Amino acid sequence: MPSLKDLKNRIASVKATQKITKAMKMVAAAKLRRAQEAAEAARPYAQRMDKVLGSLAAANAGNAGAPLLLSGTGKDQVHLLIVATGERGLAGGFNSSIVRLARDHALKLIAQGKTVKILTVGRKGNDVLRRSFKDNIVHYITFREVKQLGFAQADEVAGKVLDMFNAGEFDVATLFFARFQSVIAQVATAQQIIPAKFEAAQATDTSSSALYEYEPSEEEILEELLPKNVAVQIFRALLENNASFYGAQMSAMDNATRNAGDMINKLTLSYNRQRQAQITKELIEIISGAEAL
Amino acid sequence: MADAFNFELVSPERLLVSEKVSEVVIPATLGEMTVLAQHAPTMTTIKPGVVSVKLASGQVNKYVVFGGFADILPESCTLLADAAILANDLTVDTLQHRIETAQADLGKATDDEHKTRLEQFLTDLTHLNGIVVAA
Repeated sequence: MPSLKDLKNRIASVKATQKITKAMKMVAAAKLRRAQEAAEAARPYAQRMDKVLGSLAAANAGNAGAPLLLSGTGKDQVHLLIVATGERGLAGGFNSSIVRLARDHALKLIAQGKTVKILTVGRKGNDVLRRSFKDNIVHYITFREVKQLGFAQADEVAGKVLDMFNAGEFDVATLFFARFQSVIAQVATAQQIIPAKFEAAQATDTSSSALYEYEPSEEEILEELLPKNVAVQIFRALLENNASFYGAQMSAMDNATRNAGDMINKLTLSYNRQRQAQITKELIEIISGAEAL
Repeated sequence: MADAFNFELVSPERLLVSEKVSEVVIPATLGEMTVLAQHAPTMTTIKPGVVSVKLASGQVNKYVVFGGFADILPESCTLLADAAILANDLTVDTLQHRIETAQADLGKATDDEHKTRLEQFLTDLTHLNGIVVAA
């Protein structure tokens, strides 16, 4: 049985922890709003890019001379996994769910006899993946020093990926990140970015795109747009990831605050009980002492 | 006004303009072009330069863009820029910074085609620098 003083100390320490988690929750909530706004602001560009590329790609898909970024290298031997995670922990299952998805994917590919290369973005994922896939990690990018996530960061990652692709170092690239669904739900997602896949490959658009005039030629535009599309996809993933991170952190910290509250209640109850027991004991001692006289 | 059309200027980070305009001047790769309503559907890449937007109210806004492409339809025009800022907000420093990055990229470029493209980009940027500094 802990003494009164021990209990008092424990209550004080849990209270201090609760204050910290509460503050972290508030900060995460504020940052979440900003991250969400950024993700929403980036949406129009990505949507239009998708639309334009979708129609261009549909028109060009059959051509033998179509750019490699669109048609692929024709092999799928070497896979590049781009794993985007957070820079910090204390965000519930956020980092581990992305890493788990990436790891399962990597193991599956390895079992099929494929070569797997991993590019990690973010410190947390790198730390965990380094343990089991030390030899597979080809590059590691961290945005620890970056305060405001901008397109420049996505461009940096995309530049690295494109350099590798142009050097023929991989055939298929898949991006792993957490899709932001709501504050309480973030879904770890795998998305193939090279060769490019378009969600909106509408058949109806091909007829209207035939009327377009292209300056310079259709092929040149496509060639310029495809690398840009890689950067845009990565940018979108990074923004979604950022929003998901703060969402996960907010709910994790909310849980922690509530748990601390419960713990304080329990500890206070046993503290009061023990205090009452001690008072009763002292009273009994006094009364029995008086009776003995 | 009958000959107004929708113009949107979008950068990867946000939507800068979405308004009814009467006239837009775009620095297309093959030369500057003015877009009016009922323009034939055109898709073009753009080079670094100044986009001049004439609103339906007659007011003219200028934006500096750093490459991208434009999707022009009879009833609308969408400009997807790699980066875009209001011309008044542009400082010599940001331009200088971009020129330096481009120069560094050029130093790293290996194949000729890439090199030519970067050189062109650099010329455009330097040209733009001339305009802005003069203004």
